[in-house]
This record gives sequence, C-alpha cells and structure tokens, in this order.
Amino acid sequence: MSQIFKSSTNSLARTSLIVTVVVLGGLGGALYELIADSSYATRQGEAREQPIPFSHAHHAGSMGIDCRYCHTGVENSQHAMVPPTKTCMNCHSQIWINSSTLQPVRDSFQTNESIRWTKVNDLPDYVYFNHSIHVKKGVGCETCHGRVDTMPLMYQHASLEMKWCLDCHRNPEKYVRPRELVTKMGYEPAEPQDELGPKLVKEYNIQKLETCWTCHR
Amino acid sequence: MSPINPNGDDLVMITSNPMSTQGDPLNLQTVQGKLAKAKGPAFWRSLDELSATEGFQDFLHREFPRQAGEWLDDEGRRNFLKIMGASLALAGLGACTKQPTEYIMPYVEEPEKLIAGKPLFYATAFPVNGIANPVLVETHEFRPTKVEGNPEHPASLGAADVPTQASVLGLYDPDRLQTVNYLGEIRSYSSFLLAFVQLLEKQRSQKQGAGIRILTQTVTSPTLYAQLQDVLKLYPGAKWYQWEATGHGRRMGSQLAFGQFLNATYKFDKADVVVSIDANFLANGPGGVRYARDFAAKRIVRDGKRTQSRFYVVETTPTSTGAKADHRHSIVPSHVAGFVHNLAAALSGGAPSSSAPVPPAAQAFFNALVADLQANKGKSIVIAGDDQSPEVHAVVHYINQLLGNNGETVILTASLEQKPVDQFAEIQSLVSDLNSGQVDALMILGGNPVYDAPASLNLRGAIQLAKQRIRLGLYDDETSEVCQWLIPENHAFEFWSDAPAYDGTVTIIQPLIAPLYGGKSAHDLLVAFTETPEKTSHALVRDYWKTKHTGADFDAWWNRAIHDGFIKDSASAAVKAEAKLVPASAASTSGSGTYDVSFHVDPYVLDGRYANNTWLQELPRPITRLTWDNAVVVSAATAKALDVDDEDRVEISVNGKTVWGSIWRVPGQPDGSLGLSLGFGRTRSGRAGNGAGFDANLIRTIANPYYASGATVKKLGEKFRLAAVQHHFAMEDRDPVIAGTLAEFIADANFAQKKSETAPKGLTILPQTWEYKGYAWGMAIDLTACSGCNACVVACQAENNIAVTGKEQVLNTREMHWIRIDRYFSGSEDNPDSYFQPVACQQCENAPCEVVCPVAATSHDAEGLNNMVYNRCIGTRYCSNNCPYKVRRFNFLLDTDWETESIKMQRNPDVTVRSRGVMEKCTYCVQRINYAKIMAEKEDRRVTDGEIVPACQSTCPSDAIAFGDLNDPKSRVSAWKREPTDYSLLGELNTRPRTTYLADIRNPNPALSTTKGVS
Repeated sequence: MSQIFKSSTNSLARTSLIVTVVVLGGLGGALYELIADSSYATRQGEAREQPIPFSHAHHAGSMGIDCRYCHTGVENSQHAMVPPTKTCMNCHSQIWINSSTLQPVRDSFQTNESIRWTKVNDLPDYVYFNHSIHVKKGVGCETCHGRVDTMPLMYQHASLEMKWCLDCHRNPEKYVRPRELVTKMGYEPAEPQDELGPKLVKEYNIQKLETCWTCHR
Repeated sequence: MSPINPNGDDLVMITSNPMSTQGDPLNLQTVQGKLAKAKGPAFWRSLDELSATEGFQDFLHREFPRQAGEWLDDEGRRNFLKIMGASLALAGLGACTKQPTEYIMPYVEEPEKLIAGKPLFYATAFPVNGIANPVLVETHEFRPTKVEGNPEHPASLGAADVPTQASVLGLYDPDRLQTVNYLGEIRSYSSFLLAFVQLLEKQRSQKQGAGIRILTQTVTSPTLYAQLQDVLKLYPGAKWYQWEATGHGRRMGSQLAFGQFLNATYKFDKADVVVSIDANFLANGPGGVRYARDFAAKRIVRDGKRTQSRFYVVETTPTSTGAKADHRHSIVPSHVAGFVHNLAAALSGGAPSSSAPVPPAAQAFFNALVADLQANKGKSIVIAGDDQSPEVHAVVHYINQLLGNNGETVILTASLEQKPVDQFAEIQSLVSDLNSGQVDALMILGGNPVYDAPASLNLRGAIQLAKQRIRLGLYDDETSEVCQWLIPENHAFEFWSDAPAYDGTVTIIQPLIAPLYGGKSAHDLLVAFTETPEKTSHALVRDYWKTKHTGADFDAWWNRAIHDGFIKDSASAAVKAEAKLVPASAASTSGSGTYDVSFHVDPYVLDGRYANNTWLQELPRPITRLTWDNAVVVSAATAKALDVDDEDRVEISVNGKTVWGSIWRVPGQPDGSLGLSLGFGRTRSGRAGNGAGFDANLIRTIANPYYASGATVKKLGEKFRLAAVQHHFAMEDRDPVIAGTLAEFIADANFAQKKSETAPKGLTILPQTWEYKGYAWGMAIDLTACSGCNACVVACQAENNIAVTGKEQVLNTREMHWIRIDRYFSGSEDNPDSYFQPVACQQCENAPCEVVCPVAATSHDAEGLNNMVYNRCIGTRYCSNNCPYKVRRFNFLLDTDWETESIKMQRNPDVTVRSRGVMEKCTYCVQRINYAKIMAEKEDRRVTDGEIVPACQSTCPSDAIAFGDLNDPKSRVSAWKREPTDYSLLGELNTRPRTTYLADIRNPNPALSTTKGVS
C-alpha cells in the first residue's frame, strides 16, 4: 500500500504550523493596536456624567464667557483649575436661584463641601503637563479641547496619546496661533497656517521639545 | 605603631567579612604591604577592602551583591512565578483596560494666594533641644511636603541639617499618638479638661497646688516661660522641672567656668586654628548649620584663595566632623579631661599635670597644637562637644580666655534658656518628690524621660507613684506607657510658638497645617490652668510679643516677623565674663574591667526622639556607615584583644548593669574604648524604631553620664547582623577621591588634574550627535567643603519621593538613596585620615547606561541630562550593570508605601511615585529645572544663574555644591569647574560626567608628619 501522505507533506505541515502562529500573532498584535488606540480605551469623545450637567455650550458658547473667567490657573499654573463653588455662586446667587439643577452648587456653598466633578481630560500620573506655558506659546484651548462652546456635556476631544502630543511637539507650526486668540473658539487663521505658523514659532521662540523629561519625570 | 600587632612578629588573623558567612583571613603583612606600595594616599573603605578578602572581591564584582537579585523567600517565589505566568498570559488584555475614572474636588471658596499646582513657602522653625532651626516649608495645597532652610535667617542661610530635613516625615508618621486616651480608652479632649479642672480646683483650694509637678523639656520659648510663671503664681505650691538628656555638659560647663549660665557662639569664619574636643559641631548641636558654612568658608581654596584654617581634632569616637581634621588624635574618654587640663597648663606656661601627663605618642600632636594656638591668639577656637562633661567645657572656656578668643571668635551671651538649671539635679528632685509620695498630679509635657533618663534613677517606677499622670506626647511611647491621660502632642508644624536660634535670634514658629490628630501643644495645656482656658496658642504668642514690642505699629511689625520667620537683629547681646580654671577632678571608675565606654548622641535620631523616622533610621551614619542599628564601635586592636569580629554580639557590664550589642570595627576608634550611640533600643517608639539597636542608657548613670570606666566585655558567641552600606556600590580599585595638602596645591595648582586622566574629546566609538546649544546643566562638588553630614541624602529623599526599604533590604544592597556619601580612609589603620565623596548620577555625556537600554527608557537630552523614564522601564537592569559609578537604584520590591494615607500627603506631586520593577536615579531635580525653565519662558528670558537649586545643594550646610548652566561662563558652576582642582570621577573612562569634583585640600601642620597628599 502506497503512503497516503507524500513526504512533502511533512514540510507543508511544518510550514502551516509556522504560518498559523505568524497569522494568529499578527492578528493578535493588530487587534491589540486597534483596541489600544480605540476611543474605547482612550475614552476619546465619551461625554462624562457630572454631578451637575454643566454646559460649556451654554456658558462659553451662547453666553460667551471667557475660558479664563473660571479656569483662572491656565495662565499661571500647570492646572487650568476647575473653579471653586464660589465662582458659580458669583452669578447663581443672582440668577436661577431656585433651579433644582443647581441644588448641588448651593449645597456645596452652604455645607462647605466640594463638588465632586468627574475628570474628563485625565493624563496618567507620570505625565506632567503644564497649561500656562502652552497658553503662553500660542496653543489654543480649542487645539486640545476641541469646540468646547458646542459641547453640552464635556467630553475628551483628543486621544491624549503620546503620539498625539508629539505631533504638535514635533510640528508646532501646524497648530500655533496668535497669543491673543488662544481662547477663541472656531478660530480661523488670518493668513495661511503654513505661512503664519513658522512666523509665530520664531516670534514666540517655540522649541521642539521631544526629550523624555520634558513631560515625564 | 600598629594596634593590630605592635611587635610586628607573627601574622595576626582577624576573621572578618560582613558580606559572606565564611570569614577570610586578614593578613597584616598584606595590609602593610599594600599601604607601603601605595603612591600617594591609598583609599580604602574598610579593613576588608584593605586586605582584599575574597568575600570583598566577590561583592565588588557584582552589580548588586549575590543576594540582591535573588528571591530569598521560597514560598513567595513560587507564588510570584504563578502570578507572573498568569500576568504574561493576560498581558494582551491590558489594551482593553481604561484609565480609572478620577475626580476633581475644587475648593468651595479659594484660599487667598493659592494657585493650585504652585507651591507656597512659609517661614517657621523646627526646634531641636529648644533651639530653633529656621526653615521655609514648601506646601502644596497646604500640605507641607518639603523643608528648606530659611535663607534670610542668620542661623540657616538657606541650609538645613539632617533632623530638620526629615522633620516633614515625622509630621505624617502614622504611628503618632492620634487620640486622647485615659487608661487605654479613647476620650475627648473636653472630657480631659473636665477631669483636669476638677483636679485643679481641689489642688488650689486644699494645698495651693503643692501636689502638682510639671516636667518639661528645656524651655527656651519666652511665651511658654511666661505661661509657666503664670501657672506657678496661681499654684504657688506647684513645682516645674526640666529634663533633656543632652546639652548638660555645655550648660553646666559655662556655670562652672563663669559662675553663671552663658551661651557661647563661635565665629568660625574668623578662626585660623580650630580645635575640637570631641565636638561634632559641623553636624549637630545648636548652630551646626551656620558653623558648617562659616567653617567651610575658611577651608575652601576657590577663587584664588590660597589660605586655609587648620583643624585639630581630639576625639573619643570617629565623627564626620573629625573626618575633616588636618590632624586627629583619638583618645579614650577618661583622658579627655586630663588632655584639656594639660592644654590649659601648657598655654598658661604652667606645668603639665603629673597624674595624667600627655602620653608620649600624642606629644608631637600636643606640642604642635600648643604652638599653633599660641601663634593665633584671638584667631582660634577651642570647642568642646555635647558628649563631654561640664569640667571639660569649663576648662575649654578658660582656654579660649587664655587665648584671647572671647569677644573675638567666641561670643558669650546670656543663656538661651529661660531658666537654666542643673537638669540632672532637677530630675533627681522629681524622683525624690515622687518617691516620697508628694505628687498628686504629674504633667509630662513632651520629651520621653522614661526612656532617656539614666536607668540608675528608675524613673519608670517612680512616676507610677504619682496619683494622676498626665502626658502630652507625640507617641504612645515608654513614658506614655506609665501615664494615665495621654494627650496627642502637636508636631512643630502644627502649633504656634517661639524659640531662639543658636545666637538668640527670636524665631517665630507658625503652624502649616491644622493638627492632623487634634493634637495640643504645651501652650494649650498650660493655658488650661488659667482663667482663660480657651485661649489659643496663636493669641498667646501674639499677646506675649505685643507686650514686648513698644512701637505703635505692632500689627505690621508682627506680620513682618511671621512672614520672615524671625525678628530681625534680635540676636542676644554679647556679654563679658571671666572664666576661672576649675581644678581637675579625680577620675572615677565604675567597674572592675579595663574598658572605657563612651556615650554619644546619635547624629540623626539624636537622643532617641526621632527613632521612628524611617528616613533617619535608614540614613547611613557618616563614619560607621550603619543603618537601622547602633553598634559597639571598637578599634581593630580592641576587637582582636576581645577575640571578636564584626557583628559578634558582646555583653558589656559596667555600673552593675549589662547591655548587649554588636561589634563594629571602625578605624580611628581609640584602643580600649567602646563607643556607644544613644537613641536606639526603643521599645515603644513605633513600628520603625522598635527593636532598632540597643539602649545604651541602661548602663548610663547620673553620676557620670558621659562615659564609664572599668567596663567588662564578654563575647556571646553569636552574630547579630548590622546593615552597613560601606561596601555597597563600590567602584573597584580606583582612586575616586583626589586629595592633597595646601602646600602641594600652592606648589602645583594643577596637581589634581595631573592625577586624574581625562580622555580627549571625540575619542569614542559612540556617535557624537549631541550639541548643547541651549542650556547645559552641570554640577560641581567641593570635597574640601563637604562635611559628610548626609543632609543632602535626606533632602533628596524628601524631594524625590524616594522609598525606604528597611533593614533586611539594606542588607541586600537594595537601599534606594539617589546620593550616597562614600567615606574613604587613607593612611594608618589605627588613626586614618577620612574623606567624603557624595556620588549621585554623574549625568555623563557619553553615558554607558543609555546605550544598553533595550527599550530606550534612559536616553540623552538636549541639555545633557540622562533622562530616566519610569513608564518605559521594563527592569532589565542593564543600565545599572553598565554604570561605572553604581548610582542607579532598582525597585526590587514594592518599597513605596501605597497604603498609608498620611504618608501620601508628604509626597512631592511634581515627581512620579515609583512602583516595583523600575530603575531610578538622580535627575538633577529635573522638576525644579522644568519649573524654572517654564517661569523663564513665560517671561521671555533665559534662566538666570542660581534660579535652579537642586534639593541637595539647597540644604547643604557647608555650601559644597554648585549647579547651573555650563554654557554660561559667568555661572557659579562654570567658575567652579575652571578651578585647577576640578576633576572628573573615573575620568579615564571617557564618560564625560557633568558632575565633577574639586579635590579635597587639607592644611596639615608641616611640623607633624602626615600621610596626606602625594608622597
């Protein structure tokens, strides 16, 4: 009786084993990359529940309140700062004083207990980001946080992955805008960005900081 | 003269090896041969290294010692493998996880001046023995995280010593007493007050308070003293006693010499000859920080200065101060008094003492010392140490007077204490009051007398004879154990008070945080005696100073004082006083043995008060290099005579008491004397201090608390491991320290650079891709100035969230300090010269670590720093293996405390808290660099010189560190690096380190032979 399998089957079997491993590994890797970069993992675009459904669309959009009225640290400190209850009460002791939505604000003010906001743009603890220097160098709020003036509930606009940070750190001329306009929403450059960008990079002495200790330490 | 083998006959075998269990013979001839062959000063760390035992070689050749990389706990290893297997299998799932949700809790109403994310600094003081150490405390959102010296205060000039640096950890110590207790039950403070007021009522109406005794530590606070006076007025029968284990010799010495209690301060910046009689003045005691700065100013040879003061040291045990000596004489403690009497006699032209003449071996030293002092009248200082008797202090006062130093280099002022008294008499009076049953209520405000009073008093038993025992204490400690009411005491950063600095400058202590555990201060407890029991300590201190300030502008004046932390120009005025020579007292012997035992306050935990501070416990002692324990310090010859080796347990009997300890051989310890540190052997200090070392107080008596003669020593035949770091991270067979004499330096300014090799630039196979166009950060360390105090190490630990590992892990070479201060010996084994060298990451331009990291977790940056990125590190440890300086530290275990809430509050939010499995190392305090760079960029300017001060430089008492931009030729660090003494550590390796050293220059007396410098 002749052999059922030819001798070349041995090599075929071996090859198929290797191919299977490679294909499965490749698929796994690709899946890993897909998931790790997905908005599911980065929480990009995910509106977060808050104790008070604070609307940036209303306050920053329709009312036109400047970002810095509430985020007072943005020009001075690493933190832009979520405002103290007192800031809310500056207006809301006068308007909407009976609104049930604002009950937590009034409670906080009366009991002296903080409002517990959910962090939306949350960097890992080993990343040290400083708002003030970015504002000083002409990085618009919108560049990272998106059209906040259109967000009824705040969500994370960008992926906040390191490659996203590095894109701007490597090519600041693509994103920089005049300092006076950092808080402007829906900013359009007055002249083409590929001309304005390099000019501002030079004027503002913007460095391409790509070394590790710029952000990690 | 060799103590090991004075006759030079047959070989002497000393088995010794701290690294492995089998002992290797130390061959005297090898040692002597090695010393004879050596060109210039040969440096060695220990007798083991000197004799190159096999164990030492083995230790040296490993990146970490054998046990460090191993998993010693078998059971744990299996579990670990199981878990590792599972983790590997599940590693891919990591991608499916999200960052956990975090929350933001803004203030309801924002405090004034706070910008979240930016630290605020407040001036206050950390009092030790009643003397204020002026500080600026960095607070993040009102959490104190880091202590810096107060740069405007004359006692600090920006620097801080070791206990002060570690004070912030003491604040957050989770073992602190946290509740009011009555007989072990938790009570409220108001229930205490209720009981207390009833007790007071009874005392006042029946016996005018005659049953009340108040025991405090040394009172220097004017406000507290005023309160005590008020209490004693209200209760005329009550008595107030003071007790503190240290400072007695200094206090009573001035009384003995001048007939009044005086305080002496020293002007080391004006002294050309300094003589220390067992004084560790560069490290401890009042004014240590300022003295280190002034002393260094006279020693450094930078900026064309080519003069140095000369420093003689007479010591009973080696200290870091003694290590800086030009000439050091080690002496058994029972001979110190004789030595100073002889010195006084020689200086006044009298005859030396016939009963205790200068020994022939010390004659040359003595003659040179006398001649130098006589040639420098009015420009010299003789200073006696805290561990010396009143008699020695008194004679030293007399010597300074003979030399015309008083009023010139030695300034006498009124005592800093509010009511200076003989505290040994005070504690004895208290004990006799207690024993006679007179005491109805005993209040112990602070301190820990049951532990630190000499055991011969039996204070523990006596205290229990008081009917009511009320205790204000930071811990539930030995004293609390025998008290009924326990009131948690405030840490110095939680209360209002005032205290003088070493020179009398009035220093205001303000709280930086609300009491964490509802604690009280002595002010709060004493005010409960009065008609205004609710008055706050803030009001008390403020009202006191209102009575002292005469001007109408009190509020402005007071606010200024709080802002600055002190009242300007309030140092005590100099007084004139005549010292008389006290007659020599007869030497006392307290046993039938032949050994002297000397008692020394530990430089870090002091008299035991900081025993529960893990930073201090794990900080290597400058000379012994021991952590977590004290030891019986002996010379090699004494060890041989006793037939003991390192870590052998011995029993010491003297004064009818016995204590056991582990032997530790230290070159420079006088033969026939055992050096014991106080402050260890605590039984109720908390988790860190309990069981660390042995309690030397047990063999200390009230009659002679400084030393005991006639001790017998018995070998117990068992070992007790000591966690010494002296061989850790050793750099083999290289001369890391370059030292020379002033004469050599003047003859050839470039001698240091001739001794060190530096390869020419470009001689490397590595691609030279880096140009440093912006900033180029660099550091220079002046070894002449460095006094080896270790303040930088603990400052670095506080600033950079460095973990404490514990004794077991130190034994495995797993300690995490980013800076180590190497201590080298040179010269004879019995009295070697000592050198210090702080070594942290050298930030090499050709960094060996960078090229071997497989994941680029350590990489170069445009400013020349070797970046270490924790989130990238996978823990291969290749970098550490390839580092010639051995400055990288690996988190073998999860040493960082992620559990204890109070400890989390101390962490610097600007530095990542590391977890297990990552490498870490000195960053030049990159968080401070980035902060300054951002500040400068926002103001469109460059970072100015001096704007960035790393934590080590900031706290350095002797100002031995310069940091800055090497691209700026005008920067301080550039100037230091242009000094001819500047050299690179292991420069021959062509690593081009950014940290360089200025050679250690000493100024030996040409009349005395010396081993220093090139021969």
